[in-house]
Formats: sequence, C-alpha cells, structure tokens
Amino acid sequence: MSLTARDLGLFAIMFAVLAMVAMFQSPQLAVTILNMSLISAIMALGVNMQWGYAGLFNVGIMGFTAVGGLAVVLIAQPPIPEAWSAGGLGIMLGLMLGVATILAAVVVYKRMAPSKMRGLAIFAVLVVGYLVTSYVFGPAKQAVQAVNPASEGYLGGAGLPVILAWPVGAVFAAGVAWLVGKVSLGLRSDYLAIATLGISEIVIAVLKHERWLARGVNNVTGIERPVARPIELQPLPWVQSLAETLGWSVSQTASVVSGLGYSALFLIVLAILIWLAERALNSPWGRMMRAIRDNEISARAMGKDVTRRHLMIFVLGSAVCGLAGAMMVSMDGQLTPGSYEPLRFTFLIWVMVIVGGSGNNWGAVLGAFVIWFLWVQVEPAGRWFMEIVTSGMADGSDLKQHLLGSAAYMRLLTMGIALLLMLRFAPRGLIPER
Amino acid sequence: MEPLNALVSLSNFMLIPALAYGSQLALGALGITLIFSILRFAHFAHGDTMALGTAAVIGGTFFLQAQGITEPFGLPTALLAIPFGLLVMIAYLLTADKLVYKYFRKVKAKPLTLVMASLGVMFVTNGITRLFMGVGETRFEDGNRFLFTVREFRDFTGLAEGMALRSAQALTIITALVVMVALFWFLNRTRSGKSMRAYSDNEDLALLSGINPERVVMITWTITAILLVLAGTLYGLDKGFRPFNYFQLLLPMFAAAILGGLGSPIGAIVGAYVVAFAEMGITYAWRRVFTYLMPEGLEPTSMMQLLPVDYKFAVTFAILVIVLLFRPTGIFKGKVL
Amino acid sequence: MTQPFLIGDSMTGGYGGADILHSCTIAVEKGEIAVIVGPNGAGKSTAMKAVFGMLKLREGSVRLQGEDITSLTPQARVRKGMGFVPQTSNIFPSMSVEENLEMGAFIRHDDIKATMEQVYELFPILRDKRRQAAGELSGGQRQQVAVGRALMTKPSVLMLDEPTAGVSPIVMDELFDRIIEIARTGISILMVEQNARQALNIADKGYVLVQGENRYTDTGQALLADPEVRKSFLGG
Repeated sequence: MSLTARDLGLFAIMFAVLAMVAMFQSPQLAVTILNMSLISAIMALGVNMQWGYAGLFNVGIMGFTAVGGLAVVLIAQPPIPEAWSAGGLGIMLGLMLGVATILAAVVVYKRMAPSKMRGLAIFAVLVVGYLVTSYVFGPAKQAVQAVNPASEGYLGGAGLPVILAWPVGAVFAAGVAWLVGKVSLGLRSDYLAIATLGISEIVIAVLKHERWLARGVNNVTGIERPVARPIELQPLPWVQSLAETLGWSVSQTASVVSGLGYSALFLIVLAILIWLAERALNSPWGRMMRAIRDNEISARAMGKDVTRRHLMIFVLGSAVCGLAGAMMVSMDGQLTPGSYEPLRFTFLIWVMVIVGGSGNNWGAVLGAFVIWFLWVQVEPAGRWFMEIVTSGMADGSDLKQHLLGSAAYMRLLTMGIALLLMLRFAPRGLIPER
Repeated sequence: MEPLNALVSLSNFMLIPALAYGSQLALGALGITLIFSILRFAHFAHGDTMALGTAAVIGGTFFLQAQGITEPFGLPTALLAIPFGLLVMIAYLLTADKLVYKYFRKVKAKPLTLVMASLGVMFVTNGITRLFMGVGETRFEDGNRFLFTVREFRDFTGLAEGMALRSAQALTIITALVVMVALFWFLNRTRSGKSMRAYSDNEDLALLSGINPERVVMITWTITAILLVLAGTLYGLDKGFRPFNYFQLLLPMFAAAILGGLGSPIGAIVGAYVVAFAEMGITYAWRRVFTYLMPEGLEPTSMMQLLPVDYKFAVTFAILVIVLLFRPTGIFKGKVL
Repeated sequence: MTQPFLIGDSMTGGYGGADILHSCTIAVEKGEIAVIVGPNGAGKSTAMKAVFGMLKLREGSVRLQGEDITSLTPQARVRKGMGFVPQTSNIFPSMSVEENLEMGAFIRHDDIKATMEQVYELFPILRDKRRQAAGELSGGQRQQVAVGRALMTKPSVLMLDEPTAGVSPIVMDELFDRIIEIARTGISILMVEQNARQALNIADKGYVLVQGENRYTDTGQALLADPEVRKSFLGG
C-alpha cells in the first residue's frame, strides 16, 4: 500500500514546519522535536498494531515503555561487584523463590480438586513462600542498597553495548504483555484496558521503589550512549569547520550533529518497523487480523482462535512500545522513573494514533509528528495566549500570576479537544485506513 | 497478652482508615457501575471529573471562608460548599454528554469508541482542574478536626494504646451510608429509579415501554455527579487534594466495580470495601498488633508488613487479576461478559 | 366494505437492503385473533414489525381505526393503543414481576392497580411470584410476564411475536387459552406463530405468507381444511 499524493503532502507540510522551527526558533529544538517524534512514532506504530489491526485497547503504554527503559540500565550499565558480593546471590535466590512460590500455587490449583482444602493449601503455599522469600530477599536487598548509596546502591547492569538493550527492552515488554494478555484477553474488551492501566501503575511503582534494581527515584544517569555526546564532538575539526560554514556556535553545531546521529539511528529502526508492519498488514495474516477486528463473532464461528491471535498481536505491539522505551532512555542517557506519567506516555500516544488514522501505519507516524509538535509548542503558545489575556491586569495581581503559571496545563486541554474533535468529525484520522 | 489494646491499635491505624477509604471508593465505584449499566462503557474520566468536582467545592470553600462564613457547628466549611460543587459537576457532566457522548450514542458507536471519548474528556477535565488548582496539594479541611483524639481516648479508657476518630473519617462513613441508602431507595422505589433499572436490563423493551432514554441518561449523569462530588470532597477532606491522586483512584474504583460485578450497585459497594481492606491490610505494619497479642518474649521483631505502602496498587491489581481469572462476572453477577 | 380495526395495507419494504415484504396485507378485526404463519424466512415477523413501525415501509400504509399511522414511531403507536410482545428479551430479567408490569404501564399516569389486578387474574401464577425477579421464572411464566407487561397499557390491539417459541406443548395450550381469553375482552390479537396448526385452530383469520407475499388468506378453520395449505405448510 503506497502513500497517496495527499499523504506525502501532509508529511511534506510537517517537515516544512519542522524546518521553520529550525530557522526561526532554534535548530536544537527542531532536532529534539524530530527525535522525540521518531520515538513517539515507533510507540504509535506499536499501539496502532494493537488498536488499528485488532481493536485492542491498551492503556498501559507507559508501563511497557518503562520496562523497555529498564532494559537499558540492565544491559548497558557496568555491573557493581561490591553490590553483587553484598547481596546479589540473595536477590537472585529471592526472586527465584518468589517465582517458585507462584508456580507451586499454580501446581496446587491444577492438581487438587476444587474444595475448601485446595483454597487452604494454596493459601498455605503462598504464606510459606512469602515468608521464605522475604527472609532471603529482604536482607540481601538492604545490603545491596547500602553499597555506596549516593551513586550506586544497586546491582548495576551487564556492561554490554547499549544498542543490545533495544531488542532486550522489546523482549521485556513482550514478557509483561504476555502475562497481562493471558489474564485479560478473551473477556470484555474494556477489561484489557483496565488491566493494562493496572500493570503500568505497578511497573512504575516497582521501578520507583526497588532501588536495588535501577536506583528507583534516585535515577540512573550517565548511561552509555550509542552516539557521541556533543561535548565529545566539540573538539573535532570537522565539527568546528561545519560550525564556521553554518555560522553557528561550536556547541550548538555539536549538539545538532549529535542529535542528528540519533535521528539517523531512529529512522533506521522506524523504517524497518514500518516495512515489517506494512508487509504484515497486507499479508494474509494482516487481512485475517482485520477480519477478526471487524467481526469477531463470525471469525470465531469460522474456527479462528481469536483470543490467541489477540494475545499475539498484543505482545507484538507492546514489544514495539518497549523498544521505543529503550531507545528513549538511551537517547536521554538516564532512566528517571519519577518522570514516567501516564498522561505523557499513554494518553498522548493514543491521541497520536487517533489523529493520525488508526489502522494505518503511516497515519500513526504522521500523528506522532503532529501531536508531539503540538505538545511541545502549545506550551509557549499557551503562555503567549495567557499573556494577552492578562495584559490588562495589574502586574503582580494574584490572578495574573495564577493564570500565567497555569499556561502549562493548556496543552492537556488542547490534546483532549484535539482527540474529541477527531473522534467526532474525522474518526478515520489524517491518513485513513484503506 | 492484651487483646483490647491490639484491637484499639488495629482500629486506629487500619480499620477506621480502611472503612473511610472504602466508603470513598464505594461512592466512586457506584458511579462507574451506574454509567456502565446505563451508557455501557467504562468511564475513564471518572477520577478526573471527581477531581474537578472537588476543585469546585474547594473554590466554594475558599469563597465562603473569605466571606467569614465558616465551620458550621464545628464541621468543615466544605460541607456548605457542596451544593455549589454539585451544580458545577451536574452542569459539567451534562454538557460533556451533550457535546461528546450523545453523538456516539446516536450513531451507535462501539463501546470502545465511547471509552476513547471518555479519555478525551479526561484530558480536558484534567487540564481544567490543573488550570484552577495547579498540581500541588491543597488542604481545605477546617472545623474540629477530631471527634476525639488519641489523648482523650486514652484518658477516657485508661488503655495504653490510643485511638482517634477524625471528623473527616466519621463524616465519610456516615455520608456514604446515607447516600447508599438513598440511592437504593431511589433505584427500587421511585419511578425514575425503576426506569433506570429497566433501561439497564433491556434497552429495547424500555424504549417500547415508553421510557425516554435521554431522560434516563440525564438522571444517570446527575446521580454520578452527586456521587463524584461527595466522594471527591470526602476523600479530599480526609487525605488532601492532589489532582494526580484522583486520577490514580481510577484503578481501585474500577477494580471494586469489576470485583462486585459491573452493573451491580450492591456489588460496587462490597467490592469497594474488599479493595480498601485488602489494600490497607496488606500494606499495614502488623507489628504493634502482634506485640499485644503474642505472649511475652515472642514479640515480632520485624515490621510484619506484607508489602510496602507504595505497592498498594499491586494489591488492587492482584484482586483484579484474581477476579478476571476465576470469576469475570464478579461476586454479584453483573452484566455478562 | 368497512375498515378493519387494524390493517397493514399492501406493505412493501425491508431493513435497508432488498425488500422483504412485497405488497403484503395483514389485518385484524376488533376482538378477533389473526395469525400469521408460513415457512421460515417468509417474513412473518417482519410483517408484524412493519405493522408496529419497526421497519420503514417503501409503499403501503398502516391504519388503526381508520387513522393513518404509517409515519408514527413504535413508541407513538404504543400510546395509540398498540401493545407488542417481542419474541426474545421481552422482560426485564433483574426486576420483579410486579416491577415488570409497572414498567409496562410507564406511559400511564393514572391508577394502574385495576389493570394489574386483571393481569393477575388472567395469570394467577404471576400474583404468587410478583416479588420474584422475572429472570428467575420458567420459560412459560416469563412469556406470561411478557404478555402481562404489554397488557398494562390497556391496548386495543396486542401483537405477539411467536409467543410459544421454546415452551412445552402443555404450556403452549395454556398460553393459547389465555390469548383467547384476552381476545374475549375485546382486544384484537395479531400473532406470528411457528406452531401453525394449533395457532390456526384458535384464529379467526389466518395469513399464510411466503417470501413476503400473501399466499393464502382465510378464516383459521378454512385454512386448516384447505388441502393445499395442509400439504405445503401443515405437514399433510
């Protein structure tokens, strides 16, 4: 399925707008917007697979993104031997005991006939398992967190190249998605939404509070980057001469070059994903998925295992979100669980998919660019708007201060209105499914 | 062994707070279940509209305080501002229905489209609330904060362990009880209430019987607005107002409604208390209670806390998962899958 | 010729796509029982729904007591005195029997006690179960609730879509007896039935539809006696 002239036109307008940002605001800003748009586009692709192909409503994008981000820390950070010797073994053993407890409970559930005894047995297994696990896990965790807590206090990672973390992030997210999907797919369609909302809250809670894992709210910073930092680029002769030709400062040039390096990497990933997604969508498999989406009952009647197909696509889509999460962390060079909020990572992506055109991969990509651009630019626009509104008021009045301070929230409002208007008047989006 | 002290300690730190929290959840979950049975979608804007309603009450409270009208009979001023909050919320939800949901009803959109629309409303509501209130915490509790304090209780009973009853908690529990009774009376005894149940039971037959669906929808939003404003105000009095906390209430409210059986009001209430007591019980440090209960020398040394408080959502989620795995229709059979 | 009490005259139409009814005419006189029978897919239920206004007619008209009601919605027709009992989901399952009846009388603002009493006299079992949720009753009892609900508006015409679908033969006979009783009170009955033989037995008038057209129209007894009808539609 190729793009029509109209679609290309829409993309061209978008890039013209970005070029104008580079010219009139600043090139760094344009590159930042571009990079986040590319990452958002990948997330939107993942969500579009779930929603556009299969009609699955995932409200836990934030969680899958965060799990992907965790992979970066676990893969790329150097291991911390003191922490490992202090409690690494205990933590690993504790985790295994925890898993063993759950497995034991499942075995009891499957083996015993339904009765009061079974309930008691499961309860006993869980209690004993919990006590043993926390006996092993608790002290080990304390020991690890006590190792140089100001800068470490966690186990560190595997010290592998950071690029490797991207696929691993996808796998992590896929694992979580499999668990959630297994539980909630095949039931009412809104149950999946509520279950994903829950899992993402939990993932974030774990990331924030399990300090032995990735330092929690203390953040992991200074993660190895796949692209040279601006500061490393600045002394290079070609960067300096480029700066001269462009008439920019060296530091500006270096940060733009560094940013563009990421853009190139992200573009490659995005291109591969789009290529795969488009092929999948137009294969017999993709047609079947859409047939299921449009008429689940008749698909079931034809003997399709709808729940299994749904699980598959849910896992795939979440994996893509995890990949994007890993990419984002490696671009920022830090994992900051405190900043993972559902409004940004879940609901914004949804607006992108709906605005772009659900069911169309190119639409999701365009939607990501448009919405991320608005998200960044509405705030200054809101401030400007508020300044006009408040221009008549006396300086220093409380109301004026309040209104100016509230400009930041204008963008939530704008996004909500954009979503509602699209749903109402153009439910098929900017680039409709065909 | 001092079981009495154990009981007092347990009541003070767990039973009373859980009862209050459960009452707040119940009011919220009732709204979710009502919307679900009448409009047939999961209302994701629930937490944020609750925040907006509470913000209106807070605005009214500050206005009254500025006028010098405060603390009726030592109760929080917010109670006087509730009618204002109700008006705002009813108007807001009815407007949202008219501008957003009504169209999707008319074209008979899929339920998920309505869920998506409620997401849009959530965004807008969220933005409006923050425009007025910012993201920080606002406290608006005034009046006599305690019905009795720990010291008063100790002096009165002579026990080592103390117990306090905050007015916000007492108010919450009493209000919730009154509201629930009133709601059930409305649903089971009045013409409008019965027409709502009829519509929820069998939409086509309700139409045939001459029940006006738009009226039923209007009543539903109005009741939801009342439940939301009360739940939000009580929650805010009890724990302070922060918009994000209200958003996070979404998960326990949904869990409560699903656990009880979506579409079943009594289920929503039971579900809410189960969720509240599970959350509090599993994240509560039982050491004190067991110190009183165990014979001397066998007192526990650890906190005896099953999970840190940060994981209370995990408890809710676990409940949700168990329900979905074993009894997706909930305790009281709600609407079919 | 005088106007029949209710008539769907030369009705042509369908659910948007191709026409299902082709110039089909169904009528019922005051206090009489008219039955629509025919093979599967003949458009029996569609014809009844057309009379009740649940289907847009391309041609033809529906007249009640001489008044043209073709453009009225089903709800408006209920107010005009037509009662309708759908084939499935015709009760409010979680509501009590009495509440079901109350909901049937939703459009009335006068005292409904007397009507409810009449329904209980017609279906005594419902009086015993009036506090029970209608969804917990047996199939035959549910049909009684459904008919009772429709009677609560004091209709002049009662339309029943396969009232005996899925109930046992004994219950079916019982239900037919009640329907005759209702007709005796002056209410016209228009009914679609799968059990053609039993239904024609109690019918004053029978309509045999095939592919949305009137094939045979006569009194119930005459149709039962007609060898053609017997052979093709009543299994010999």
